Amino acid sequence: MANDQFYHALKVDESLCYGCTHCMNVCPTGAIRIRNGKASIRKNWCVDCGDCMKVCPVNAFYVEQDDFDKIYDYKYRVALVPAVMIGQFPSNISESQIFSVMRELGFTHVFQTEHTVDIINDAMIEAARKQTEKPLISSFCPAVVRLIQVKFPALVDQILLVKPPIDASAIFFRKKLQDEGIPDEEIGIFFVTPCAAKIAAVKSPVGETKSPVNGVINMDFMYNKVYHGIKNRSGSGVRSPGENLPNLGPKHIKWTLTNGEATHMRGRCLAIDEIHNVIDILEKVENDEIPDLDFLELRACDESCAGGVLVVGNRFLTVERLRKRAELFKDIHGIPEDLASYVDFMKTRLPLKPLEPRSMLKLDEDMTVALRKMQQVRKLMCYLPGIDCGACGAPNCLSLAQDIVQKEAQLSSCVFIQRTMEKHKKLHSDHAIRIIDKVWGKDRLDKDCTKLGAKDEGT
Amino acid sequence: MEFRYEVEGGNFSRAGHASSAVKKILKQLNVDNRIIKRIVVALYEGEVNVVAHAHKGNILVYIDEQKINIKIEDEGPGIPDIDLAMQAGYSTASAAVREMGFGAGMGLPNIKKNTDELKIASDVGKGTTLEMITYLQ
Repeated sequence: MANDQFYHALKVDESLCYGCTHCMNVCPTGAIRIRNGKASIRKNWCVDCGDCMKVCPVNAFYVEQDDFDKIYDYKYRVALVPAVMIGQFPSNISESQIFSVMRELGFTHVFQTEHTVDIINDAMIEAARKQTEKPLISSFCPAVVRLIQVKFPALVDQILLVKPPIDASAIFFRKKLQDEGIPDEEIGIFFVTPCAAKIAAVKSPVGETKSPVNGVINMDFMYNKVYHGIKNRSGSGVRSPGENLPNLGPKHIKWTLTNGEATHMRGRCLAIDEIHNVIDILEKVENDEIPDLDFLELRACDESCAGGVLVVGNRFLTVERLRKRAELFKDIHGIPEDLASYVDFMKTRLPLKPLEPRSMLKLDEDMTVALRKMQQVRKLMCYLPGIDCGACGAPNCLSLAQDIVQKEAQLSSCVFIQRTMEKHKKLHSDHAIRIIDKVWGKDRLDKDCTKLGAKDEGT
Repeated sequence: MEFRYEVEGGNFSRAGHASSAVKKILKQLNVDNRIIKRIVVALYEGEVNVVAHAHKGNILVYIDEQKINIKIEDEGPGIPDIDLAMQAGYSTASAAVREMGFGAGMGLPNIKKNTDELKIASDVGKGTTLEMITYLQ
């Protein structure tokens, strides 16, 4: 996919962003800069992990979702619901209640994302036998897949080329409806997403030409609608939950939690969650530091999907609830009945195309130029103070140096360099203020008692 | 362009910092991924050798458009029989070192496999110098 077409789901609401440095400092790929007093995300660097959204003090980040009314573009409206959605509700609310309300909200079918886990697991074991370079890395988490593409391009070939449950289940359910005689264009499949990365994966898929999912609805939005629906149900208009219930066993329910995949793969397997932990382990894998490792389950969020940025409930409670539900259905295992006759069909549809690296680390395509730029960066670092304060609008001095070399910033963006320049009469103090205006917005240094923490906050 | 890293003998928790740093540089220079991997694997082995066997060492990296030249110099026991050390599986590592997952006797053979040119000079009782060259194009 060409970089200019690269979609990402996290956006900044400029009316809310007041230009602090929280998001810029936590971004694991260094994708955020502050310009004109607002955070701006570099599209090609962002992997949609959602760390910026989690840390923003004023909720200025949002995740673009499809308008709920878009479901009515289709005659058959399928909600694809992952297990973590069920984990948002206390145990006295049943799956049937949740799915009934979803049908009352306008969906004709509710289908669970993890329904196809057994077939996926088999395909993963099969593919692992063929892909020789170990350890193999699961393609489950789209933020991790993108992280590898931009930051660990050498490991791209180690991604296990099997589609994750969201795609597999969408493909299966679409086929099932088609076999019932429903035309393809009348089927709309909408994924209730726990995170931004899965939205990006639907809008600009990696390793497949077109996503089998038609749209995405954020889990926090859906949770509010469903919970409200359950609390205010009247006797009339109550619908049945549909026919696909309950059908998930413990393996399915726990698949998207940490260790969900790793416990069902062969050989020496490791499960790692939270993006910084993931980066640490990928560094080691790249150095060949961990011999004899066969499989890596890597998830960008702490506690995997239970910690997704759009998941409303506390992640530890979500995990606890799901484990309890898994215990309830402990007798359910193996490929669900309705899937059995589709195993061969699914086998042909599960492989992903090989993925392309798209390194964002290189200073230039041309190595001669890259070498020259690196020399310039190292020279600049002699002058920059190494305080990593972020006052220039870049996350640290090294990023500023690289931005300068790439002509995206000036040395005078550094407030400490400004001081030195003023002292040597190379910069007028009015000019220095103009530079600060450019990064932090006009009049940023004026007195403002309404800002966060100030005496008239919020007025 | 030159880079220099220090290696502390016996400090296994720091083993790998030079290889990680060099890896980052090579990625920025847009060197082919497969070549980066070979260089990093060889350097990591060399780094671990210094940590496992020597008191201290220095890593000097010189990069130009054609090649990367890595010189690992250590102050340590030296290698009495280089040919023997080059054999796969031969190891002088202590039981304690092996317990940490190092010292399987694959260090030098693995370095040789992953570099285009390898020179080893050793002075028993004084130290060892490894020079590895890998072409970048």
